[in-house]
Amino acid sequence: MIRMRTLEISVGAFVLAGIVGLVFLAFRVSGVGVGETSGNYVLKAKFDDVAGLRVRSKVSLAGVTIGRVAKIGVDSETAEAIVTMEVSGDVDNLSVDTGARIQTEGFLGGRYISLVPGGEDQLLADGDTITNTQGALVLENLIGDVITKLGSK
Amino acid sequence: MLRYLRLLGQWALDWIGALGRASLVWFWSLAGLPRRGDMTLLIKQIYQIGVLSVIIIVLSAFSIGAVLALQGYTQLARVGAQESVGLGVALVLLRELGPVVTGLLFAGRAGSAVTAEIGLMKTTDQLSSMEMMGVDPLHRIVAPRLWAGMICMPLLTLIFNAVAIWGSGLVGVGWLGVDPGGFWGGMQDGVEMWDDIGKGMLKSVVFAMVISWIAVFQGYDSTPTAEGISVATTKTVVYSSVAVLALDFILTLVMYGEFK
Repeated sequence: MIRMRTLEISVGAFVLAGIVGLVFLAFRVSGVGVGETSGNYVLKAKFDDVAGLRVRSKVSLAGVTIGRVAKIGVDSETAEAIVTMEVSGDVDNLSVDTGARIQTEGFLGGRYISLVPGGEDQLLADGDTITNTQGALVLENLIGDVITKLGSK
Repeated sequence: MLRYLRLLGQWALDWIGALGRASLVWFWSLAGLPRRGDMTLLIKQIYQIGVLSVIIIVLSAFSIGAVLALQGYTQLARVGAQESVGLGVALVLLRELGPVVTGLLFAGRAGSAVTAEIGLMKTTDQLSSMEMMGVDPLHRIVAPRLWAGMICMPLLTLIFNAVAIWGSGLVGVGWLGVDPGGFWGGMQDGVEMWDDIGKGMLKSVVFAMVISWIAVFQGYDSTPTAEGISVATTKTVVYSSVAVLALDFILTLVMYGEFK
């Protein structure tokens, strides 16, 4: 039988290896600590079409990820989609006329929300709704429009 | 006809009886308060079950990570998306392969050993002698092994995941020449701490409980003969493997399924 001290040291090294693994996974693989603090606030936006957007899709400003989509629901009265976004507290100076567009990452990439800065002095607060929006461009609809136009000539 | 029905009924009753005994073993082993000297027993078991499994875990993890990177690269490079190989490999490992393969290896490496050990103790009347001396074998023999299993499996899964992802990076970035920025950056963008790593670890905790439970019970409940031990050891590996795979499907369905 191995001596107790050797045993304890090897078990300690084993636990340490597990912790090192966790740290590696947390920082190298999942990239924790990129603005995921408690200072986040919530913004809403209404779109006529959110095709392809998912919960946890990116919210970006000038190409930098500043938040994630938290919830996608539907407003049954106006038949519009309501997207709830969680935005990092670091970006707290978005003006009320900020625009929100749904764009596509790359050619076949996922959909994300791109915020377009506005010029008003008044700022968006927690829970506010962005009104200046542009929904997803659906390729099929565009092609459909073109065909109808060509046909009507 | 009636005979078959009777056999079926008997088999069902046996099975339910075994489940009852297994639950009692589990309950009574974990119910007791810790006593002096328990720590020593636990550390010995963690060494037997965990530390000695590290080598097989590291070797398998490295090969699996490397193979995933190779296969993923070949397919993704056709559409010029070879940079997403990092994200793909990481998600597959963290969510599924990490806990499952660790579970299967753990059942084969540690579970079978526990069953054989306890089975032999029973065959050589060590368990009944303990009872005669007033020592509860559930507390002294079974409980440390259950706890050690539950402590070691998640740690082994962490090591497995880390080594496998590191291995895939070594092959993907170092050998096949994937851009390291796209490889690691894509991974960090797509992997979530709780949704991917946390839920994967939750799986491994569930697997740990089930595997150590099966291993301990099969040993404790084995027929005290040489043949009985061999049957019990086989049963441990078979039952644990099937349980891990079936539970993985159920857990994935519950945790990642679209239905709520």
